[in-house]
Amino acid sequence: MRARALGLALALVGALMVTVAPPPARAQALVADLSNHLVAITTGFTGAEILLFGAVEGPGDVVVTVRGPARDEAVRRKVRVAGLWMNGAEVRFSGVPVFYAMFSSRPPADIVTEELAEIHQIGADNLSLRSDSRRSPEEIDTFRAALIRAKERQGLYQPDAGRLIFLGQRLFRANLVFPGNVPTGAYRVEVLLIRDGAVVSAQTTPLYISQAGISADVYEFAHRQAALYGLLAIVLAVGSGWIAGAVFRKV
Amino acid sequence: MQLYLPIAEMSVDVFLLFLLGGGIGFLSGLFGVGGGFLLTPLLIFVGVPPAVAVATQANQVIAASVSGAISHWRRGNVDIRMGLVLLAGGFVGSSAGVGLYTLLRAVGQLDLVIALSYVFFLGTVGALMLMESLRVILRKWRAGVPSRRKLHIHTWIHGLPFKLRFRTSKLYISAVVPFVIGALVGILAAILGTGGGFLMLPAMIYLLGMPTVMAVGTSLFQIVFVAANVTMLQSIHNQTVDVFLALVLIVGGVIGAPLGSKLAGRLPGEQLRALLAMIVFGVSLKLLVDLVRTPSDLYLLLPPVAQ
Repeated sequence: MRARALGLALALVGALMVTVAPPPARAQALVADLSNHLVAITTGFTGAEILLFGAVEGPGDVVVTVRGPARDEAVRRKVRVAGLWMNGAEVRFSGVPVFYAMFSSRPPADIVTEELAEIHQIGADNLSLRSDSRRSPEEIDTFRAALIRAKERQGLYQPDAGRLIFLGQRLFRANLVFPGNVPTGAYRVEVLLIRDGAVVSAQTTPLYISQAGISADVYEFAHRQAALYGLLAIVLAVGSGWIAGAVFRKV
Repeated sequence: MQLYLPIAEMSVDVFLLFLLGGGIGFLSGLFGVGGGFLLTPLLIFVGVPPAVAVATQANQVIAASVSGAISHWRRGNVDIRMGLVLLAGGFVGSSAGVGLYTLLRAVGQLDLVIALSYVFFLGTVGALMLMESLRVILRKWRAGVPSRRKLHIHTWIHGLPFKLRFRTSKLYISAVVPFVIGALVGILAAILGTGGGFLMLPAMIYLLGMPTVMAVGTSLFQIVFVAANVTMLQSIHNQTVDVFLALVLIVGGVIGAPLGSKLAGRLPGEQLRALLAMIVFGVSLKLLVDLVRTPSDLYLLLPPVAQ
């Protein structure tokens, strides 16, 4: 009994010593953080800029990927029917991030192998999108490429890697820019330290983009109490039309 | 100044929207039609998602029509009985229309149906109006005397059952015709977001034989209620009515409309109608070209709809 108690006490002391012990000789190779973890979309929102900063231990390149929450998307191929272009074959994709951007200290092709780019989804072409379509892989690939083109046109996927700047040997920074039509949700910012074509260290930071203030209230209202919202929209329109009519009759 | 639209989930330039609403209001004051058929494509062009553009448009149409409806009512230009029959058709049509809208979105052919409807209706109405006003202008020019029209011409329409007497419009016709017109316009109101004035007015004047002033007053009266029905149904089923967007458009519209009607008083009516006909016809031609021309990207991304 006593021996057991002693053992427990020793184990506790041991655990404490481990937690307070100084870090191991090899320091954490990568540390990074964002200037802000929450982007609030208010009525005046026109887009946001967030600073990503960090430090590395030793040589290497840094690659950052920013991915929005995953959704399902449908891509349609237009076909000509009786001289008119209409929507034809459809391929659905799941796990499509609503937003994608990447940043790197050097052109990504110089830093990572194709294999590594695929594993870590570096570059929009390497996103792991799933499709249960029974079409040939080549055909699915054309639909996939079209999806990425469409997202680029919407300004939600960045076609080229953004600039990540090293200040001296250790410190680095990058400006993450989000456009005015950025979708809301939980984002993942993944920072990788790459040395000789291998990931030496990695860190993932969450980022939340959500509506706030009046616009959040309106969105909530429209979705939670749809009928009341519709009624209010009608009253608002009738009221403003009526008042305007009365005012202009007097003028 | 930028404004974030909570339902469209995008940031837009308030002044651009304001000018858009004002311009459409000006045109509607000038020609006496809603102008929704121009606003919906313009909103989509600015980047507003089509679903939000169509639903919000219905909300804006209420405000644009209500003051006109009230002033016509005061002058006794609303045929209540006709309005109620049209309205009955309008409610059936717009309710079915919102259902059809949801279905078409699920099948992925909503944009095609919208474009085709615009091409067909605007093309037909525009061509008819253009022909009519050219004929009147030519006749006036040749004879120098104002043309006289019969009260109405008897056609197959007058042989239909369920005849009703519409005293205010001096008509004795089947209630089926205005009901069907109301229903058709209701469907269009739901799918295209327009008030349907561009279709309703010619139908009332040429098909039913209503006096023009009475047709304008009565159609405004019923458009208010049909647009309200669409706003309600779109809010409940699709949550696509953006009140911020509607409000900016409404404010622009109520300022633009009186300016337009002031100018309309100074322009000769026939030329004005020919001009409207050309605009209507031009829009339909543009949409047709877009449907026929090979698109720059053969693939497109559609909003995912649960199956």
